[in-house]
Amino acid sequence: MKLRRRKEPKRLMPIRDPKDPGSGVFTRRALLLMAAQTAALGVLGRRLYDLQIRDGDHFAKLADNNRISKRLLAPPRGLIVDRYGVAIAANKTNWRALLLPEETTDVQGTIDRFSTLVPLDERDRARVAREMRHKRKFVPVMLRDFLSWDDMARIELNSPGLPGVLIDVGTTRFYPYGSLLAHTVGYVAPPNEQDVAKSALLALPGMRMGRAGVEQSQDDLLRGESGSVQMEVNAVGRVMAELDRVEGTPGDQISLSLDVGLQQAVLGRIGDQVASAVVMDCRNGEVVAMVSNPSFDPSLFDSGVSRAQWAEWTSNERTPLINKAVAGVYPPGSTFKPAVAMAALSSGAISATDRFFCPGHFDMGGARFHCWAKYGHGSLDLHQALKFSCDVYFYEVAHRIGMEKIAESAHAFGLGTELGIELPHQREGLIPTPEWRRRHGHHWNGGDTVVSGIGQGFVQVTPLQLATYTSRIATGRAVEPHLVRAVNGSVGAKAEPTNWPALDMDPKFLDALRGGMFAVVNEPHGTAPKARLDIPGVQMAGKTGSAQVRRVSRALRESGHFNSASLPWEYRPHALFICFAPFDAPRYAVSVVIEHGNAGADAAAPLARDIMTDALTRDPVNHRIPPGQTVADAE
Amino acid sequence: MVLPVKPTSGLANRSGAAARGVLAGLDPRKSGGRFRKRLLRAEPSFRILSKLWSVSWLYVLLICVLAGVGYVSLYSAGGGSARPFAGPQAMRFGFGLVLMITVAMMPPRFLVRIAVPLYIVAIGLLVAVLRMGHVGKGAERWIMLGGMQVQPSEYAKVALVLMLAAWFHRISYARMGNPLWLIPPTLMVLLPVGLVLKEPNLGTGVIIGGVGAAMFFAAGMRLWQIALLILPTPVLLKIAYAHLHDYQKARITTFMHPESDPLGAGYNIIQSKIALGSGGMWGQGYMRGTQGQLNFLPEKQTDFIFTMIAEEWGYVGGIAVIGLLLLLILGGMIMAIRSRNRFGRLLALGISVNFFLYCLVNLSMVMGAIPVGGVPLPLISYGGSAMLDVMLGFGLLMSVWVHRNSRFGEEREEQE
Repeated sequence: MKLRRRKEPKRLMPIRDPKDPGSGVFTRRALLLMAAQTAALGVLGRRLYDLQIRDGDHFAKLADNNRISKRLLAPPRGLIVDRYGVAIAANKTNWRALLLPEETTDVQGTIDRFSTLVPLDERDRARVAREMRHKRKFVPVMLRDFLSWDDMARIELNSPGLPGVLIDVGTTRFYPYGSLLAHTVGYVAPPNEQDVAKSALLALPGMRMGRAGVEQSQDDLLRGESGSVQMEVNAVGRVMAELDRVEGTPGDQISLSLDVGLQQAVLGRIGDQVASAVVMDCRNGEVVAMVSNPSFDPSLFDSGVSRAQWAEWTSNERTPLINKAVAGVYPPGSTFKPAVAMAALSSGAISATDRFFCPGHFDMGGARFHCWAKYGHGSLDLHQALKFSCDVYFYEVAHRIGMEKIAESAHAFGLGTELGIELPHQREGLIPTPEWRRRHGHHWNGGDTVVSGIGQGFVQVTPLQLATYTSRIATGRAVEPHLVRAVNGSVGAKAEPTNWPALDMDPKFLDALRGGMFAVVNEPHGTAPKARLDIPGVQMAGKTGSAQVRRVSRALRESGHFNSASLPWEYRPHALFICFAPFDAPRYAVSVVIEHGNAGADAAAPLARDIMTDALTRDPVNHRIPPGQTVADAE
Repeated sequence: MVLPVKPTSGLANRSGAAARGVLAGLDPRKSGGRFRKRLLRAEPSFRILSKLWSVSWLYVLLICVLAGVGYVSLYSAGGGSARPFAGPQAMRFGFGLVLMITVAMMPPRFLVRIAVPLYIVAIGLLVAVLRMGHVGKGAERWIMLGGMQVQPSEYAKVALVLMLAAWFHRISYARMGNPLWLIPPTLMVLLPVGLVLKEPNLGTGVIIGGVGAAMFFAAGMRLWQIALLILPTPVLLKIAYAHLHDYQKARITTFMHPESDPLGAGYNIIQSKIALGSGGMWGQGYMRGTQGQLNFLPEKQTDFIFTMIAEEWGYVGGIAVIGLLLLLILGGMIMAIRSRNRFGRLLALGISVNFFLYCLVNLSMVMGAIPVGGVPLPLISYGGSAMLDVMLGFGLLMSVWVHRNSRFGEEREEQE
């Protein structure tokens, strides 16, 4: 049987069947719907074009932003070395135990087992719990850092029972000389939130910021530039692949002008006195040694200082955290006299040969100012006044020229000014003027000028200013103290003496000051015979100073029993000494301030002499880098 | 020919009488008529073969191509593996093909007869899913039925199309002018729409409503009736918006300003647009679409499968898929026009419009043109209910095509 085909004529469309009244309407409307459908999908195709072709680049970029997570790599911090290349701040590897929470089913159990091997205190546990709450499960949490070899061996041995515990290596700042250079080099600590807001680099784990000393002032150079690693991450942030890695640029290596050997010698000579000493190359202002005693251990800051340790440091009357060389302010006492003499000579009020009579006291307006020599020095000129450190001579001179002239001269020598040294937290000291006194609502008395003439009263200077002052007297150049000698091995322009401008002072007058200071040490009856150098053919010029910290009452003075050595320690005068040598070709300037050291001539002068001797006889050729402390080893 | 046996297309001769009893579910003939009818059918196997011959195999091939695109994409969505998506989906498609051909063999007369029971079952399931359905992403959408997850809303669409086609077939074109005859079908549409919206599934609700509207339109609704319906629409929309769930409102808000909440409700839209955009003209390459493979693209195996295709195959691939879908839709519409009975026309049109709206809502959604709703891309997205629903629809469509020359229901019109 043949399949019977339908009889209707073959038509495609549209169908309009007269027997079916709805068919025509249906066909029309169906065609309309088809047109609408085609148009609708056409609109979608057009939109797809907009999204994929027209705005494709924009979205492709967004897609990469989605996909590629760029993470910064912490650069190694630059080294700090001394003038001979000895590392004084280096990076040391720090072994840490991390916990990857997603790799253990029993986080708490793992932590408990870990703590039986390496003790975790309550603070550690609280920190771990906090970090785990805030981080995703595949981000490791630090359990303990600064692991010893023993700790690591125990962890490795028990690793089957510690799922998810990894050992990771980071770096930590290391100071081979510890407290010896703590004040100068400073220390680093984790950045705080404001710092992190300023630089994304600081947000990286393990980044440290200089918090004191050169570490702080040269932080930008030492920090280096971050490397980066580009990783493909998925929607929940898990790393799928590493796409690109650019290692960071390590921080610059800073060579300081310090000589670690000399620094050690100076500290050894100071012993346990509360003192500070600065050795400066007076030709160019390089600080060769800068000691402030007592000191502290800078490495404690890297991992966080305990509350008790901090309390001990801050309450100590010997102020171990303060760098007394730049932030300790002291009345300069008689060491101020050369500056006053320069003011007097420059002003033309006196000449070096003018003589004054010292009866042992100076009377002004009903007040009596005593000379340290009870019965006076008799008649003396400038040379003798400096040599004997006669107070009355300088009372008289100060009274004649007035405070403004003295301040001008002192400022020119760097006293009471902010110096360019690369150290934070330095103090300016003070050279008082009537104008300053008025600003603070007080009247300037003539007596204020008089006591300022011997560096007492309101006058305050730092040991570094004293060293700068001495250097300027010695060389006649306006050298500025500085610590950074070279960056990445290229020595800066400051190292060249001729780059420093000459002081705006008459060389004749400077010679007069130098002569007076020479006499202090080398002539008979000078105040500091103990400072005489024991090196053939080399002589030193200096000036003593004893700065009272408490006014000596008339009753005490007249009782005739006044002896400052019998006072309680904190009331004894500070002992100061400034000097430079060799006299005929000045090389080093030294300033020493011994807090409550009593007499400058007895306490400070011998100390300065020993330091100067060491500095002058220390031959760089023979300088030995202590074993295990080479730059390469420290890295 | 020995016996006066009526051949296949001879159905038309008695279809008028049969149609009278369609809605009542009764055979117009005497009881026992069913037996006699069966006896009257000659050479059933031969008839089945001839029907199979008249299936549009070109159309089936087109369906298979799209399902193949789906398989390939799900293979990529599974990270280069047949599991967990591509394999099961291929099995479902195979099952769906059998279902489609089976349904294609069913004559319109039979389909008309089962329309009412199917519709009632669909409504029952929709009620059941509201009562004891499982919550998926904040909406109750599926229930367990015989160990299978069933989404009644998908099935309800087919049942509604069948029901409306039967109704409009029954009342004929002439009665369309009388609004009273339009009230029952309106209720037939509103009932499932209301239930689906309550689930709440905005996307499917809109599609069901759209399919209903298209069928009203094609059935010959008078223009003045249409105008009367369209005029109050803005007011109705406002009322409808007030009754939307907060999360549905959030979708509309974030659709307007997706950047306002990039990690929350706007995330899907933004990520989908980013993925599309990064595809460019030629795509990132098969299984190399970074947004999809790295899981930035949410629900890439279901709602956002097209995004993944367009990311990996680019604009060219996306347009190709849209083109294939359009071919299927227009093919279905042509089948509707070519049908010689009102039921078949309306049924085929309803199925095609349903398929079209599915595609439209899904594509607009992934391109960020309308708020996101859980509407998969038919044939391509992963999902059992949707696949079977779509294949059931194509089965009905094919049935219309196979029986296109049936004049069933014609006498009735003549009598009116």
